[in-house]
Amino acid sequence: MKIENSSQTKHMKSSHEKINIGPGAGWRDIPKGGVVPEGGTAQRFATGDWRTLRPIWSAEKCIHCHRCWVYCPDMAVISQDGKIQGMDYKFCKGCGICANVCPTKVHAIEMHPEDKFKDDEAMKQEGAAILEDEPKHHGGEEN
Amino acid sequence: MAVQLDRKMVALTGNEAAAQAMRQISPDVVAAYPITPQTEIVQIFSTFVADGIVPTEFVAVESEHSAMSATVGSAAAGARSMTATSANGLALMWEILYIASGMRLPIVMPVVNRALSGPINIHCDHSDTMGARDSGWLQLYSETAQEMYDNMIQAVRIAEHENVRLPVMCMMDGFITSHGMENVILLQDKQVKDFIGEYYVDNALLDVENPSTWGPLDLQDFYFEHKRQQADAVIQARKVIQEVADEYAKLTGRHYGFLEEYRMDDAEVAILVINSTAGTAKYVVDQLRSKGTKAGLIKLRVLRPFPAEELAQAVSNLKVLAVMDRAESFSGLGGPLFSESKGALYDADKRPLMLNYIYGLGGRDVTPEMIESVYQHLLKVAESGRVDNPYNFLGIRD
Repeated sequence: MKIENSSQTKHMKSSHEKINIGPGAGWRDIPKGGVVPEGGTAQRFATGDWRTLRPIWSAEKCIHCHRCWVYCPDMAVISQDGKIQGMDYKFCKGCGICANVCPTKVHAIEMHPEDKFKDDEAMKQEGAAILEDEPKHHGGEEN
Repeated sequence: MAVQLDRKMVALTGNEAAAQAMRQISPDVVAAYPITPQTEIVQIFSTFVADGIVPTEFVAVESEHSAMSATVGSAAAGARSMTATSANGLALMWEILYIASGMRLPIVMPVVNRALSGPINIHCDHSDTMGARDSGWLQLYSETAQEMYDNMIQAVRIAEHENVRLPVMCMMDGFITSHGMENVILLQDKQVKDFIGEYYVDNALLDVENPSTWGPLDLQDFYFEHKRQQADAVIQARKVIQEVADEYAKLTGRHYGFLEEYRMDDAEVAILVINSTAGTAKYVVDQLRSKGTKAGLIKLRVLRPFPAEELAQAVSNLKVLAVMDRAESFSGLGGPLFSESKGALYDADKRPLMLNYIYGLGGRDVTPEMIESVYQHLLKVAESGRVDNPYNFLGIRD
């Protein structure tokens, strides 16, 4: 078994390089077999627009047990300095696991139909955080 | 080039020869499940593992679906990976066959041709691998145990070539070749090791310094482009198959191409045949030739990619060609090789009259008398200049 690095595999255009498939990319330009030749690319794929239910987090009720942060399959719960800050709506798909695992007595997260929120202003009034483009809270390193 | 003089001839069954090829290829991982008539290949190979003769990680799985899945996983992880199967085992791998080729994993798999059930049957025909002809795997067929051995070693190089990167299946006839004993010339272990070289895979999953994702969702935006890449790889494989065969010939003195033409020089009638029946048919051709009949034979070695140009060239001076199918495709028009051959010859400047014989299904014996009756049919058609019936069944209880 031999695992080659990019310098030994020159015939593969995208091997271990950042894939950057522009609008003009053709079949010769993309990695073979649908391989994504780098890690952490989910950070560049905003899945928040899949959401039909929005988790609304209450800063007042939250006891910062971090269950939601542990269970969120999209790492869309924001934590800084050991405190939950809210939800990352750029990635949250609205699965509701966070609301489900939030301790019953605490009940700090509620799911609401997405069409309730007409704009970001309404979201802010509900006490949620809105993230910038480059989230720093995921803990993973950029590759 | 000089042919190796220290080569070693041994008496082996087809399965033993395939197991020896696997021992010499010495893959990193073999995941397999037993099925007649393939069982022996992996059984023999597993004794090499148990005895420490090969360093292979052997994975005993619970089905062929799992065998191919584990093989796909280990190939993507960065390990040269093999499995083997037959008939219904291949059918159970179906879903993963397409994943192996679609993920461009250079897996080499011996397949011992056997009829697909039902009614249940364990004997030879080609319905298993003919069905897999559109799965994106390259297909090499073998008349003898020697050819099976040679095909498997060449298949490693073909599959792993940077312009190909496709899985390859190598076939031989169940029981007839797999369990029949022949003289086989083996290469030395080191010769095989040097010939096949080291395995590599780009973006290996075990390369933890460079993480990668395999098998992600690929919808309307790029799936089509990935299939276009696969089509290109199959086209590229044409050149690679011949280059590898030529290099192998320098090593062994045994020459391979897409087709073998037997006494075709001035032939007027010929049959196109795959695997062991070619041996019987060559005997018949010799008999006919001794009586002055201009009979010839074409044996197809490579079905994928389909050698249309080579076939057109081989039949250009023929009057009539019978395509022999050891499989049905239930189109109502003939077998799969017949359809492929007719399609391939449509653009040829000169093409013979063509007819089809379905033969030997479920291991039905194919005798020289039967083959001779095909040639007699061909001679009649050649005389009349008209194909009376293109869709025939050889040796059927009528």
